[in-house]
Order: sequence, then structure tokens, then C-alpha cells
Amino acid sequence: MSSVPEQAKDAPALVAQSISKTFGHTVAVREVSFEVARGEIVALLGPSGCGKSTTLRLLAGFEHPDSGAVLINGELVVESTVWRPPERRRIGMVPQDFALFPHLSVGENIAFGLPEGHHAWWTRRLRRLRHADAPARVPEMLELVGLDGFAERFPHELSGGEAQRVALARALAPDPAAVLLDEPFSNLDQNLRASLRLAMRNILKAANIAAVFVTHDREEALSLADRVAVMRDGRIEQIGAPDDIYYRPESRFIGTFVGDANILPGRRVRGGVETELGLVTLADSRSDESGDSFDVLLRPEQLALKPAEPDDPTPAAVVSSEYYGHDQVVRVRMPSGAEVETRLRTEVVWHPGAAVTVVVLDEGIAFAC
Amino acid sequence: MSILSGTVELSSRLRFSIPAVWMLALAAAGAACIPLIYLLLRAATADEQAWSRVLSDTTLRLLTNTASLTAAVTATSIAIALPIAYLTERTDLPFAGFWRTITIVPLAIPSYVGAFAFIIALGPNGSLQDLLEPLGVERIPDIYGFFGAWLTITLFTFPYLLIVVRAGLRDIDPSIEEVARSLGQSTWRAFWRVTIPQLRVPIATGSLLVALYTISEFGAVSFMQYETFTWALYLRLKSAFDLSGAAVLSLVLVGLIAVVLLIDWSQRRRARYYRLGSGAARRPRLVRLGRWRWPGLAALSVLMIIALAVPIAVLFHWLSLGLSQGETFPGLWTAALRSVYVSALAGGVTVAVAMPIAIVVIRRPGFLSRLIDRVSYVGYALPGVVVAFALVFFALRTMPVIYQTIITLIFAYTVLFLPQAISALRTSLVRIPPGLEEASRSLGRGVWQTFHSVTLPLIAPGVMAGFALVFLTTMKELPATVILAPIEFDTLATTLWGHTEEAFFARAAAAALLLLGCAALPMFLLFGSDRELRS
Repeated sequence: MSSVPEQAKDAPALVAQSISKTFGHTVAVREVSFEVARGEIVALLGPSGCGKSTTLRLLAGFEHPDSGAVLINGELVVESTVWRPPERRRIGMVPQDFALFPHLSVGENIAFGLPEGHHAWWTRRLRRLRHADAPARVPEMLELVGLDGFAERFPHELSGGEAQRVALARALAPDPAAVLLDEPFSNLDQNLRASLRLAMRNILKAANIAAVFVTHDREEALSLADRVAVMRDGRIEQIGAPDDIYYRPESRFIGTFVGDANILPGRRVRGGVETELGLVTLADSRSDESGDSFDVLLRPEQLALKPAEPDDPTPAAVVSSEYYGHDQVVRVRMPSGAEVETRLRTEVVWHPGAAVTVVVLDEGIAFAC
Repeated sequence: MSILSGTVELSSRLRFSIPAVWMLALAAAGAACIPLIYLLLRAATADEQAWSRVLSDTTLRLLTNTASLTAAVTATSIAIALPIAYLTERTDLPFAGFWRTITIVPLAIPSYVGAFAFIIALGPNGSLQDLLEPLGVERIPDIYGFFGAWLTITLFTFPYLLIVVRAGLRDIDPSIEEVARSLGQSTWRAFWRVTIPQLRVPIATGSLLVALYTISEFGAVSFMQYETFTWALYLRLKSAFDLSGAAVLSLVLVGLIAVVLLIDWSQRRRARYYRLGSGAARRPRLVRLGRWRWPGLAALSVLMIIALAVPIAVLFHWLSLGLSQGETFPGLWTAALRSVYVSALAGGVTVAVAMPIAIVVIRRPGFLSRLIDRVSYVGYALPGVVVAFALVFFALRTMPVIYQTIITLIFAYTVLFLPQAISALRTSLVRIPPGLEEASRSLGRGVWQTFHSVTLPLIAPGVMAGFALVFLTTMKELPATVILAPIEFDTLATTLWGHTEEAFFARAAAAALLLLGCAALPMFLLFGSDRELRS
């Protein structure tokens, strides 16, 4: 296990510098740049086919970028004339299907990337008969992922969540500079995902390692990552902290992709944008662009309802209501016919047909039309 | 560490050159083409006399003989295989498991061994006539000619069709038939309107196998003295050493095969609609035979008695006859050892040559790998006689040193059986997600280390299966061995061939039985590895 070179101590663990990749006539990745610091978790979030998995494979060295560079711990591993093959990059991978070696036990899987693990497979097979002296790192990793005592098991004896943790332990065992996870939860039971997300985050934080993971699930990205990079058509459209992405999206696409959103047309006035819901103040100065017509984005939980005043000639009306227990989603039809979605607490239950007034609680984001 | 950094530089340079696996695959596919290319060259440079000498009435007769035999064998094989497949897969036939296994076993008997057994059983002065003579039967119908060739080839090749059709039958989603039933079709009509159309592709594939096999057939037609292309080719080469004439004849034969492949290809294009999805999750309900199970059992028993019991019994009969008369079997054990040695060598070499091709085809899909794949299947369509003849010619012209050496012989086997090894390797390679190899690379293992520590152990069953398949077919191979084996290098197949020509039936029977024993060995290996694959 080599340590981080002195001069690279301050360098980010992983840097992508405007990498691009074209397959035939389709551009999969366009000029993607980002950095991941040691101990940081970055999510690549985007719809399928946006190039996020290809980006991961470019970092790992399973694809050659057409242009751009990748640096690991400050060392150049890919540029036009530099090429370091995957096995020399010190990047751990957790593939979508976990790819545990079915012919090796859990312990042997974890030891696979360790220098001590470099034995011919038949000698290892012979050694197993003598209860192989597993490298000391193996129990250490098993403890980290909370699977003590699993060393002798085989991949087919593991549940999905256990297999995922073994794959993570295997990737972390050689002390890589960074670990890449491709849709780590897509092969797992829906009910398990939330608890496994937290476990995964804790493991990565305990290992203090740079991690990049790819997902199309916004909840996963927002809850697991320190920073989220939203990708579309091979490009990173925005990269930032989860709440930045959620409340201050830089484009309409991001706004609607990372969460439920109401888009309301409006006119620029002093102090904000005049919409059907009244004056909406704006969250950021970027909205001072020239132009008259704007679309304002408001999250459902930024709205509230109150019963319409009896003398209100044009009240809004509740169209539908879904009750979830911890909250409810109520759709409301405005006098103009436009519908807005609100996410409310459940002290008051709203029924379809009720006449209401929509109240804006928060600042919105405006996009020029 | 210094060694490792060396490989870094090497692979960074390799990125811009051709990776080793591609070079190996291209070389292997190129070598597989040598026989065909030489044949074309030779036929192109043959003088006009050779063409006129060959393209005469004889050729027309050979063509009709070969075509009619092929058509008859294929049609009969369908007629046998389809009911067996249905009986053993879809009905409550008693001992279905036993019948499923035993009906494949005739494949283990080389058709020339079967032909030999039928000749000594049914031929003039054969066992049957001996049995019937006291009853006043002077002559029985002649086994030689079309009838004998058709009977033997059919009995020992129909399992090819059976295997494919059976697999097809298993792949059919039973709910499709149930839907047909619920739409008011009887079991019988549902079978014809729904099941059979879905079996079109398997039937076509199996028929292609049987047809190609029949066209290439050499031993059985020779023993039965039925004049087809392969036999005529052999005679022209052996008695007249007419190389140009043989080349022209080979070309006509290759043309015939091309026509068959073309027919198959056009059928397949039309049948694409029927392509099956991935296997059915559920076992279909079995059809109750009721009273019909007795005729079913009887038909199966009769077939297996003719195809298995009779040949083996006759061989043992003649062996014991020979033993009781003090017959000696000179060189038999040496021949057996040589057979095993040559087959093992062919198995090892062929699997090794097939490996880069299989890797390229599965892991690097694209135009070039598709081309390599197609080209390496050339040996599948070429008859052994033709490949052997082309290699005689190739060796004499380019490297006389290797003429009549074991090198040429192994080369011929490799060309002929390469597709078997490739498909065995492919089947197990395709089951291994590429993610495993990538995981190994990202954990610091290089290309070769990954192959060695991840890929190879995981495809071990495929390697074993490929080796066993090639071993088995090499053991049974006759024409290439007869033509190419070094002088005085008798294997079991050539011993059987020589002794039959000289009518030493007891010695031939001993060689045949030993051959069956040796061929059964890898069959067990195959079934063993099959079980391993499933678990």
C-alpha cells in the first residue's frame, strides 16, 4: 500500500479536466470538469443516457477520453500522451451488480487487490484447505462495513445489501485514492435503500475517502452526497451542495429534475415577479436579468393553503389530495386554470372541491422566458 | 514495483498498437482459412483437362447421390427427432429421464463404426443371414448402397436435431400454448398452430447440422459403397493422386455446401419473427399419454435397440468369435494410446487457439470480431476430406517437411473442430459479467493477471467442455486421419478402417469397441462439467 506522495497532499484526490468522449456519432461526455477532495462524496445525477456512467468509466480507465485530463492525487493519469491503465490508477470501483468474484470467498474477494492477495488461484485454493492466513486488512475491512465473521462465506450466500458492502470493502481494501460507485442502490430492494444509504455514507466518511457515485435517483443524490453534479446530454449543468441544487437551480431542467416544482409565468415588477399567486420575491440576484417575462419556480413545500375569504370572487379550488401521514400533497386549480402542487403538514386535511387561497411562504427562482 | 512500472509504459504504448489478444485471434482465424484459400487457388490454376475430367456425367451422378442422401437423412431425422423431443419433454412417458439421456447416446457412436456393425450384422454372410439360413432364407436385401448409407447416417446423426429441438421446446413459454387452449384450440391443434411454428428455428438449425454432417460424411458411405463426393474425392486422391481433379471436385462440393448454407440463411431471415425470448420460467403441464404410452415406449425401444444394442452386440459377438478362434490383435493398444494422445493434443491446441477468438467475440463486439467469428466457422462447413486434401496440397507446396507429420494432422483437427471449442468457451465466457474483469483491473491486476486469476478459473467448465468436445470428435474422426496420419501411425480409427478394407472383421470389431470406450470417457467428462455449470 503506497501512501499519498508528499507534494500531492494538498491536491484534490480526483480531478477531471474537461474530459470528452464520443461513441460513433453520439457525444457521451462533453468537457466535463470537477474535483473531489479527500473525504468528500460527490454524486453524478442525471437521467439515463446523460453520460454519467461513461464519466465514471473514463475516471476508472475503462474508456479512453477523446480529450481532457484526469488527475489522481495530483498525478496525471490521462492526457493526450499519458495513459495509465486501470490497474495502476488506485481507483476503487463498485459496479452496479457489485461484480463479486463468484469463485472466491468474501475474505478472498477483499484480499484480491492487496499485495498479499497476489497468489495464483490454484495455490490459493490449496491454501484454503489450510485455513489461509488472510491478510490483516481483511478483518479490518469487514469490521468497517459491519460484516465481521463473513470472511469464509461465498458471494452466493450474501443478501443484496451484504454483497454491496463486500464490494465496497473490496474496493477500499487497497487504500485507493478514490472510490467510484455505479448506481450502487439500483440492485437493492426499495425498502432497504434508505437505511443502506446512511450506512454507506457512514462507511465512506469513516474511511475518509473521495467518492463519486452515479445515480438517477434525486433522493439518493441529495441525501448521500456532499455535492451533487447534475448532468444532462454529457454536460455538467450545475454542481453544488444539495440545498444549493434544490433551492437555487441554475436552469429550469435542474429545477424540475431534482425535485417537484411549480413553474409559474410572471411579469417583472419592482421587488420581484408578479404571478397569479401574487408578488414572489426572488432568491438570488441573478434574476435581475433584462427582459419582462419570467417563469418562477416554487417548490410545493414553499406554498401553503388557507381557506378562501367568503368575499373572494375567484377562489382557487382543491383538485386532488394525497395523504401520506407525515405530509400531504394537495393539487390546486387556479382561477386561470393552471394547477399548482403544494406539500403541506397534515394538521388540516384538505378535500377536493374546497375553496382555498394559495400563500407563497418563500422566495422563488426566476428563469427568463 | 519496478517491474510493474515497466508494464505501465508498455501498455501506454500498446494503446496505440494492436493488443495481443487481437493479434492472436486474427492469426487463429487466418490459419483456419488456409485450407479453403488453397483449395480456391488450386482450382483456379487447374488446367482445363482437370475440369473436363471431373465435370462429367460422374459429377452429375455424385451430385444427385449426395443431394438425395442428404435430403433423405435430414427428412428422416426430423421425423424421428420431433416426436422423441415431444414425448420426452412434454408427456408423462414413463422413465422420461432415462429416455432423454439414452436417445442422445447414438451420437457417441461414429457413423462408420455403426456402418461397419450393420455390414457385419446385415451384410452378405453377416450375422442375420447366419441366423436365417436354417430357416431357408438364402438372400436378404442388400445393405450396401443408398439404403445402408441412409440407415446408418440417420441413426447416428438424428440426435443433433433432437438436442436442438428439445432445447427449443424447453424455451417456449408454456403460457403461449395455454393462451391458445383458452382460445378454444385442442391440445393437438395448439401444438400444430402454436408450438411447431415456434420450433421453426430450432428445426432449421438442427437440419442444417444434420445436412452438413451428411454431405461431409465419409466413413459410412465408404463402408456402404455409396458413391458420394467425399468418397469419390478420396478415391481420386488415393488411387490416381490427381490433385487438380480432387481440387475441382472439392470445389463443387464446397459449392453444394454453400447452397445449403444459403438456403438456411434465407430461411432464417424469414423466420426472424419467431425468435424466442429468454427461457420460460415455468415448466409446462405434461400431456397425459394414457393408453398411448405403450406404442410410444415400443417405438423408442425399437429405435434404441437398432441404434445402440444391435451395433454393440454385433461388435462383441465378432470380438468373442475372433478371440475363440485365437485371433491376435497386433498393435491395438498402441493404436489406442495414439488415439488418446492425438485427441488430447488436438483438444489442448484447439482450445488454446479458440481462446483469443472467443474473448474477442464476446468482449470486443464489432465488425472485425464478427468477421473473425464467421471465418473461424469455415472448418465447420468443410468436410474433413476436403480439409485434409487441402492440407496435403498446402504441405507439399510450402513446407514438405511437415507433410505426413503429426503437425499437419493436428492442424487439420484444429481447423475442423475450432468452432466447437469456440462455442464452448463463448457459452461460459458470456456468463461472466465484464464487470468482474473490470473490478479486477481497478484492484490493481493487469490484463494477464486478470485473465489468469479471474477469467480462467471462472470459465474452467467451458475450457473442460471445449477440450472434451474436441477430444471426442478427434477420437471419432476418420477421413483427415486416414489421409494425413504419418505412415505407420495407426490410430483406432485408421486401424478399424484398414482392417475393414482387408475384411479382418474380428480385429476391426476390437478396434471399434476400444474406440467406443475411449470416446465414452470425455462424454462423462462433458456431462460432469455440465452439472458443474448448472450448480
